Order: sequence, then structure tokens, then C-alpha cells
Amino acid sequence: MTLTPRSGTTVIIISFCVALLLAILPLPDWAQMLRPQWYTLVLIYWTMALPQRVGVGVGWLVGIVVDVLSGTLLGQHALSLALIAYITFEMHLRIRLFPLWQQSLTILVLLLLEKLLSLWVMGAVGQPTPPLSYWFPPLIGMLLWPWIYIVLRDLRRKFQVS
Amino acid sequence: MLLAVVLSLALMIVDHRQHHLESVRSILSTLTYPLQFVANLPIAAGYWVSETFATRTRLQEENRELHRENLLLQGRQQKLAALEAENMRLRDLLDSSFKLGDRVLIAELIAVDMDPYRQLVLLNKGSSSGIYKGQPVLHANAVMGQVVHVNRFTASVLMITDASHALPIQVNRNGLRTVAIGTGRINELELPNLPNNADIEVGDLLVTSGLGGRFPSGYPVATVTSIRREPGEPFALIKAQPSAHLERAREALLVWTLTPPDRDDSDANSGQSAEQPPPEEP
Repeated sequence: MTLTPRSGTTVIIISFCVALLLAILPLPDWAQMLRPQWYTLVLIYWTMALPQRVGVGVGWLVGIVVDVLSGTLLGQHALSLALIAYITFEMHLRIRLFPLWQQSLTILVLLLLEKLLSLWVMGAVGQPTPPLSYWFPPLIGMLLWPWIYIVLRDLRRKFQVS
Repeated sequence: MLLAVVLSLALMIVDHRQHHLESVRSILSTLTYPLQFVANLPIAAGYWVSETFATRTRLQEENRELHRENLLLQGRQQKLAALEAENMRLRDLLDSSFKLGDRVLIAELIAVDMDPYRQLVLLNKGSSSGIYKGQPVLHANAVMGQVVHVNRFTASVLMITDASHALPIQVNRNGLRTVAIGTGRINELELPNLPNNADIEVGDLLVTSGLGGRFPSGYPVATVTSIRREPGEPFALIKAQPSAHLERAREALLVWTLTPPDRDDSDANSGQSAEQPPPEEP
């Protein structure tokens, strides 16, 4: 089975679709507050692994889709995801060399940044300040990072996405 | 990078201030419908399994119960038809134009989680069924919310308890008018604009006043649960609980308000109006 770079695109798109699916999958109320930012994690991984293919543009597009799916202001997630992709792009050479636990800490900062940007937008349009549980998803995302990293890396190697 | 930031900022401002982006959003959400459909599958499959493998006795029992309820409701409906006719006659005498006779369509909720900090739900009917933006949504004759975005297959509904939602209401007992504002919690509404000496009591039923022109008047909204009157404050602190079980709803009724000229034909068959297709033009 020979795989052309095209099939790599499919893998990337499917991984984003699965992440978006996980983001809208119905969960009980208590778990809803803890839902990690799946699409951000996937975006960070691809930007880090393939900075020449996935970057600010892809981040922005994914953000628009998230906005439409979750019914938020158009551009709210697009802004934060584009910024996250940009920072990851700038730092990808450094992050790649970190051991996994250190990577997780970096990811935590990035995820918190995304939440912070969303919070600013929500504040700017006059939505009430969310409760403290608003800040839990980045922590969960940090704990999940090593697994996501390993799964996506194996996927990338298996399908030779480059 | 700068382009992306500027573009998203511009989008946000346009989306917030004006409403030109509704078509863009509707196209994009039509494209993302497959994702929502897949996310809904497990829940839909669960309902299907529990319906398919229900035991015969349980189905019979349910059927009997529904028959009984149907009989009861039909009995009440007879009285209602007479009352409605009488009401219309009296209003005609007073020469007041009164909107009556609504057309409804039943839609099911799609089990998809949206922004957890807003009270939004998704319905499985869209503009192809004639649903329009701003349409009132009811749940078993209590107000649930209004449609905020609509595309071909789905419509998102903003619940009355969302913090950005305000609903003109009146107290059913004495007709006192005010506005009910959502709190962001699913089972609580606030009435912030009533003075301390307003005639309102715990247990009062609040109904829509129809003043905003968006909701038909006279539908139950909530019951007052607590009133705190602080002598130093200009307004009383009044909380109310929505009559609709917003957190447990599986179906919703979409309402088309008919204007008086359409009234005559709708009165004639108001009994069956629930299943009629919606009018072409909202």
C-alpha cells in the first residue's frame, strides 16, 4: 500500500473532525464543565509536528467551525485558535525537544491563553463572568496531552503524514 | 497572523453589532450538520432501542394511560373552544384586535452540547420547515425560548433563562406588566424592574404579555418563587421558576402566530391545527 501525501491530508481532517465531534458530544452536566478543549489539543499537535502544513490559517478555519457548532460569536474561537497556532508555530522547534511532562506544562499555558481570550470576548459583549469551573478544562487537557501526543504521533507515522 | 486576528475581530464586531452574517453562519452550519448528526446518534439509538425492545405489557399500559389522558384533554378542549369563542365575541364588542389562533409544529431536540455558558439548544427542523429567526418556541404550553439561528436542517433556540434574554410578561392575577430576564441558570428567572410596593406574591403565575410583538400573549412563563423587599433598595428582588422543564425537554413546539385576517379559517379547525404544515411565509 503506497500512500501519497494526499492521504495525509485525510488523516489530519479526520483527526479534526473527531476532535470537533468530541467537543459537541452530549455529556452529563457535571462532565460538561470538565470537557477538555479537544480541537485545541489536536491543532497544537499538528502545528508542532507539521508546521509547514498546519498553521494560523487552519487554526482560524477550525475556530470558525467551532463558533458555528457551539453558537458563540463568529470569530471568538477563531481569534484564540489562530493565536494559539501562531505561538505554537513560533515555538515548535523548542517544544518538540521538551520531555513529555514539560510539554504538558507548555500546553497548559497555551490552553489557559485560549480560555483567557474567550473570556475577554465574552466580557466585551456583556456575557456574565463564568464560574470558577471555567478554568478546569485546561488542567484536564494538560493531563490528557501525553496520550493525545502518543496517539497522534503513532497515527502520523502509520500513515506517513508529512 | 495579523490578518487572522484582524479578520476575526472584524467578524466578531459585525456579528455582534449587525446581523448581516446570518447567511454565512447558516451556510456554515449546514455544512457542519453531519457532525451534529453523528454526535446525536448514540442518544437517538438509545431511544430507538428502548422503544423497540419495550415489553408488550408496558406498551399496553402506556397506551391505556395515553388514551385516558387524551379523553381528559379532549373534554377540556371542548370547554376551551366555547370559552375562546366567547372571548373573541367580547373582544369584537370592545373592538380590540387580538391575535389568537396559533399554528404549531413539533420539533425534536438534537442532543448536542453547545456553549456551556449559554442556554442554547438545537432543534431538528430548519428553514426547510418554514422556521424563521425570532420565532417563539414553546414546551407543552409554557414558553421555552426563541429561535436565534436557523439553517436548512436545524435551528438553535435561545432559552428564556439565558442571561442575554429578556421577555415581556405580566402577572396573570392582576395584569401587572414587567420584564423577565434570564440569569444563566436553567431554572431561574429574575424580575428586576418591579418596585418594592408592587402587587406581586410568591406563587403568582407569570404569562407572556405579547408586548414585544415576538411572543403570542397569554402563555405561561414562570411562577414566582421568592420575593425580597429591602427597604433601602428601589426595586424588589424577585425570582421565578420557569414553568417549562427546560432541562428535561425532548420536544419543542414552534409557533406561528396568525394575524386576525387568518383567524376565521384557523378557528374552524383549531382542534387539528397541531399537525398542519406551517404557512409558507412566516
